[in-house]
Amino acid sequence: MAQLKAREVLFAPIFANNPIALQILGVCSALAITTKLSTTITMCAAVIFVLTFSNYFVSLIRNMIPSNIRIIVQMTIITALVIVVDQFLQAFAFQLSRELSVFVGLIITNCIVLGRAEAFAMQNPPLISAVDGLGNALGYSVVLLAVGFSRELFGSGSVLGAQVLPLVAEGGWYQPNGLMLLPPSAFFLIGGFIWILRSYRTEQVEKEPFEIGPNTRTSPAF
Amino acid sequence: MRDKNSVANVLRVATGVCLVCAVIVSTAAVTLRPFQEENRATFRQLNVLQAAGWYEPGMDVALAFERIDRRVVDFETGEYVDPPGGFDPVRAVRDPAQSSALAGDPAGIGRRSHYGEVFLARAEDGTLERVILPVHAYGLWSTMYAFLALESDLRTVSGISFFEHGETPGLGGEIENPRWQENWIGKQVRDADGSVRFQVDRGRTPDGAADADHRIDGLSGATITSRGVENMVTFWLGEQGYGPYLARMERRLNIGEAL
Repeated sequence: MAQLKAREVLFAPIFANNPIALQILGVCSALAITTKLSTTITMCAAVIFVLTFSNYFVSLIRNMIPSNIRIIVQMTIITALVIVVDQFLQAFAFQLSRELSVFVGLIITNCIVLGRAEAFAMQNPPLISAVDGLGNALGYSVVLLAVGFSRELFGSGSVLGAQVLPLVAEGGWYQPNGLMLLPPSAFFLIGGFIWILRSYRTEQVEKEPFEIGPNTRTSPAF
Repeated sequence: MRDKNSVANVLRVATGVCLVCAVIVSTAAVTLRPFQEENRATFRQLNVLQAAGWYEPGMDVALAFERIDRRVVDFETGEYVDPPGGFDPVRAVRDPAQSSALAGDPAGIGRRSHYGEVFLARAEDGTLERVILPVHAYGLWSTMYAFLALESDLRTVSGISFFEHGETPGLGGEIENPRWQENWIGKQVRDADGSVRFQVDRGRTPDGAADADHRIDGLSGATITSRGVENMVTFWLGEQGYGPYLARMERRLNIGEAL
């Protein structure tokens, strides 16, 4: 196997092979926790930690893992890491951990984490796997931060809790966009993100599964 | 290298991974517990303040809490008691010596401790402003914990704050929604004759209902949670809950005694 370059492994998932934008993985949590930038940042940090270390540890024991129980072994490692993160948040960021509620726990089922363990860490040495985990987590974070920033700015007129656009309700001029606080807006924003990314990097545009044939003549019956 | 798919290796790897992960998880849980418990205690205080309507974001919870008087009440007699060694509501419910199984159990809580906490929120000059009662009941999936605050007339709700539950987010979980909790303010929990009367409707309370003061909008898609909330109020304000205590307080109020 060709030697993988750490630089490429780290930066490729951010735009060229973004787990959310290109692989459309891990979208579920992106909807739930991006109404505010502070929860988004916490979630990104948690995913960065879990993904980097899960890839590292899975790769460390990859030659010992029996193939028929490999998924459950990967899950055990991921789950242990997620619980540790959850416990830390409850101890040192109680308010944030309440706002994130079940979604920290749901990192366990984030497809990106298991996907990278299975697709990359099982085949590559520990260090480069950790770098791959970090890169993918950063790719996830870039999208999430963009979504979280726009949702908080346009939904509540604030950034990280500080009022930027004065709200009509408080005597300002900005009428907040309520849709931004609802989960579907994350779909629109992620869709927009993918659109921008693909108009810039046209190689990411998927091939049409079929082509619509040219117009045929109206049938002679008419 | 030995066959990594052999039964022996499967068992070895499974055991090893489980052991290592278990040690890591339990270490984290045990070392971080003191911090978490402190956070939970502050959060409880915060919710007492919220039910009292005193909470503002960014305030010093511990300082504001100093104006709140925590007392322990004997449910049977309604008298204040001072149990030696303090009173821990969580532990008391589990301890057979300090709690008893409920015969009729509308709130679905199984056991009730003999004593209970009340929080008296006082104004600067010491007059009683609110009485805050910790209440709980079983909803659809989980026991819901809340603080119910009453005005100093002991019959008008001045606020509610649900602080722990595991109801479905978006449906029953809406008991946490401050906009729904606002509906509670000003509701009456007792009839003229003093019996408990409180109802959570299915859907919206019809406009112009004569007893609208005793009714509150239900949560759509959360019938069982709403029913649990109704049982919670009627149980804890009733004879098996804080009823005797509130009756005693009301008698003192009527003869003009300072509470």
